[in-house]
Amino acid sequence: MANLYWIPKAWLIPLLPALAFPFIAFITRKARGLSALTAILAIGVSLVISLGVLWEVIAHGITMDNPVEYSTVWLQIPQLLKIEAGLLIDPLSAVMLLVVTLVAFLVEIYSIGYMEDDPGFSVFFAYLSLFGASMLGLVLANNYFMIYFFWELVGLCSYLLIGFWYHRAEAARAGFKAFVVNRLADFGFLLGFFFLFIIFHTFNFRELAAAIPAYHNVGLLTVAALLVFTGPIGKSAQFPLHVWLPDAMEGPTPVSALIHAATMVAAGVYLLARAYVLFASLPNVMLVVAYVGGFTAIFAATIAIAQRDIKRILAYSTISQLGYMVMAMGVGSMTAGIFHLTTHAFFKALLFLAAGSVIHALHEQDIFRMGGLYKDMKVTTVTFIIGALALAGIPPFAGFWSKDEILAAAYHNGFLGLYILGTLVAFLTAFYMFRLIFITFFGERRAGLHGHESPPVMTIPLGILALLSIFAGFVGTPFTARGFSTFVYYAAPHEVEPDYMVMALSTLVALAGIALAWWLYGRPSDLPERLKESYRWAYNLLWNKFYIDEFYLWIYRRIFWGLAEAFHWHDRHVVDGLWDGVGDVTRASGQKLRYLQTGNLQTYALVFFTAVVVIALWMAGMGGMIR
Amino acid sequence: MVNFGLLYMEIATAALGLMLLAWGLLVPKRERQGIAYLTAAGLLALLALAWCTRGAAGTVLPGYTIDLYSIYFKSLFLTAAFLATICSFDYVAKMGFNQGEYYALLVFATLGMMVLATSGELITLYLGLELMAITFYILVAYRLDDPKSAEAGIKYLLLGALSSAILLYGFSLIYGTCGSTVLREIGKRISSGQADFALLLGLIFVIAGFSFKVTAVPFHMWAPDVYEGAPTPITAFLSVGSKAAAFAALIRILFLGFDNQAFLWLPLVTVLSVLSMVLGNLVAIPQKNVKRLLAYSSVAQGGYLLLGIVSASLLGIGAILYYAMIYVFANMGAFMAATAFYNNDRSDEIKDYAGLARRAPLVAAVMLFSVASLAGIPPLAGFPGKLYLFSSVVARDYSYLWLALLGLLMSAVSVYYYLQIVKAMYTGNPAPQKGALQVSRGMEVAMLLVLGILFFLGIYPTPLTNYAFKAGETLFMP
Repeated sequence: MANLYWIPKAWLIPLLPALAFPFIAFITRKARGLSALTAILAIGVSLVISLGVLWEVIAHGITMDNPVEYSTVWLQIPQLLKIEAGLLIDPLSAVMLLVVTLVAFLVEIYSIGYMEDDPGFSVFFAYLSLFGASMLGLVLANNYFMIYFFWELVGLCSYLLIGFWYHRAEAARAGFKAFVVNRLADFGFLLGFFFLFIIFHTFNFRELAAAIPAYHNVGLLTVAALLVFTGPIGKSAQFPLHVWLPDAMEGPTPVSALIHAATMVAAGVYLLARAYVLFASLPNVMLVVAYVGGFTAIFAATIAIAQRDIKRILAYSTISQLGYMVMAMGVGSMTAGIFHLTTHAFFKALLFLAAGSVIHALHEQDIFRMGGLYKDMKVTTVTFIIGALALAGIPPFAGFWSKDEILAAAYHNGFLGLYILGTLVAFLTAFYMFRLIFITFFGERRAGLHGHESPPVMTIPLGILALLSIFAGFVGTPFTARGFSTFVYYAAPHEVEPDYMVMALSTLVALAGIALAWWLYGRPSDLPERLKESYRWAYNLLWNKFYIDEFYLWIYRRIFWGLAEAFHWHDRHVVDGLWDGVGDVTRASGQKLRYLQTGNLQTYALVFFTAVVVIALWMAGMGGMIR
Repeated sequence: MVNFGLLYMEIATAALGLMLLAWGLLVPKRERQGIAYLTAAGLLALLALAWCTRGAAGTVLPGYTIDLYSIYFKSLFLTAAFLATICSFDYVAKMGFNQGEYYALLVFATLGMMVLATSGELITLYLGLELMAITFYILVAYRLDDPKSAEAGIKYLLLGALSSAILLYGFSLIYGTCGSTVLREIGKRISSGQADFALLLGLIFVIAGFSFKVTAVPFHMWAPDVYEGAPTPITAFLSVGSKAAAFAALIRILFLGFDNQAFLWLPLVTVLSVLSMVLGNLVAIPQKNVKRLLAYSSVAQGGYLLLGIVSASLLGIGAILYYAMIYVFANMGAFMAATAFYNNDRSDEIKDYAGLARRAPLVAAVMLFSVASLAGIPPLAGFPGKLYLFSSVVARDYSYLWLALLGLLMSAVSVYYYLQIVKAMYTGNPAPQKGALQVSRGMEVAMLLVLGILFFLGIYPTPLTNYAFKAGETLFMP
């Protein structure tokens, strides 16, 4: 470890964008160009350091069992409490650092074009910097307390950015919704790691990893693990707390790309991986994780097939893919989950940015008002299709390899039901993505809208992400020697065996999905309308997202509101009355006690002596020493 | 063989004081402005010396031991004296006479505190106490043109003499029973011998005497009058320096000399702490004068600090050390703001602070964050301080939980009266003829320094915590 160069500098990775935030906010806010430059430079240098860190992790044989940790005590009360601030660098964090900095870097470049005319240009870059910094801090954290700190900061930034166009009521509401839903989940997470602290007296991941397997009170640990899992349920938008993510598309599209790919929803899956020892030691919790993930995957995929808004479709696809990742964690393959997180980050960022390019050109998000865009927007069309192929899991695109690994893991670890479900999701994914493509980019121009290709500052990031969507999967194919699975793993490294049956089947269903999409939407046909009419109830159910939002609203209005009324009355009349009384008494006693202070010297001396005598008598009596 | 080399801090401080005295007499009157800067520079140099030689350790005389504990407190006093000096620049210049004397007395008071905090032997300890007290009697009455100042001086002198008498009586009783004035020796003899009534009485007198200095209720009555009448920088120095020095000595006496009598003094200290927290905080509420308000707040703060003694643990001692240092910055900050205001408006009334935020944003901010730190609001340095103090009590024994809860409750009460000042500063309207405040550059720098430290130690308290706990540990080393 003697001659490490980049790894000891890893603390700069979150620090640089973090410094860019106040710098832009206070100094360069008036100068738009300088603000963008500051933000991009900061994240760019972080990207370079992240590359260096990843390279050194590989070159110096730093493995999951043999990480580098730097730590200093942040706050301590001897014997009671010790909270560290530290960095944990292992292959997992190294990979995540690269993914986050790379996606954030490309998104920020893209934003120069996308946000060009926005009056809040500089502030936008300041927020993006803080968002990136928070996520990078989260990735590097070596203990629960610190990860929670950045976890909350990520939540705050998402609130700021989703509601960036706060003058629009929907945007403000969406930001608020995201924040409230996440806070709800974060509270569970907070309780969860407090439980862990009470049991093990440490927040540190490695100390916990050493202590957890030796602990046998499964009941208590299960409670802690389930509470910790509520964090990812919120942040990674798992059922039933997925409701914030579709609304989060109210933010500017680059923000959506960032949230969906790198900086927000990834945090939940990353936490599962970081805390994996906790879950892996509890089979029952693993089962819960697996089924929550699996259910979310199919649930969101079915909703996506009926949506009309280009970003909303992508949003539900994200929820569905996150379900895949969580399911991978649950079926026991942390590697597959993180691998899919990585590839997904690239192609989902690509899809959102390409969709942003469309929106930028048309100022329209309803796909049924688009059509034939490939004639105007060649680069956007091609890159979007590459992203969709990767998402649909067509070999050899990146998404195929990672999804295949999840399905194989589910199949081989004995989760046959989840495997079938996962395959079905693959079919649905291919179908809704290509439904979107056929409607948006081909066919006739339904509303007569003409697009134009976006400037290079937007298309170049698209191109880079497209390349990554094609090639990033090769680091983890079953045919790659010493691939991803020997790099990021839990317990022991393992080589993935190719399972041709799983591969072939998932490819076939994906192709079937594309074919069905073409049959319904790729040619002039009134079949979709007829289907919609004859299965009105199913369509309505999907279009309204299973009425989950309505259900929550109903609970809120009927139950919480009623409760709140009762509490309000209680608060007004009982609590306030009580505390007003306490306040009055306190103030009045202050007024009265004040008269003890006479200003008279003799009184002071008298009080002094009286006090001494009283104390002497009291203590003598107590000591029983008056003989 | 007496090792005088180890007395370098005391000698250097005494030399600085004498030099200032001579300077004040020799230099022509109109050129005496420089003496304030000289004092500040000298104190800063001493502070640097204390930091560089923090590893020094050894025994000079039986019971007079140089260790990290004493060096920690010396640094604390020097910091307080330094800030008080900067605070005095304009204040004393406006009084217009005898600057050399003023600053020399300030330095001698610091020397007294140093001796008091270092000594583990009753006679030298008393010597330090008197050196500190007598210089303060003069300094408190320094505003010759103001009858309030003279009144404060007389009150402090008479009551101080009273408390000294009680204290000395206590010392003599202790010496009479144990036959030694060295605290460690006393500790050994008590553990072997039978405790008796004379010893108990001696202990009570000693605690009463020190309670006077730390303004613990019911021995606090001098504080509001003296704080109000004294020159503001002196009030500030008195409230942090004198109190910390008394705590340093009290901790030494109780834990080195009377450790195995804890069953006797613990209930007493608990009662003093409770009374101080409750009375100090409650009576602060109706106050109309900033200095009187801060006097009662100081009584309450003394009560919080006593909690550390109640915990009777290393954690508690470390907490006292940490909190005492933070208290220097927070209280000095508040008094600096009060001084800056007084220099301009010649008033200490809270109602006159109306609209200060618009007239002097920095002064208002310093006052705001200082009182917020005193109230223990994160992310300011007072928060970890109170966290340590309260958790030390809880860690001792869950049956003391009520005491920590009382502390929390009283902290909540304190927010009310602290915010009275803030409310006036930020929501009130300044009188129309009042312009911006004139604040000297040195004062501004010191204010910014205090603000920076309050925030830094609030966000990252560990460096000072480690130092304070290490200093606390050395106390218990044989």
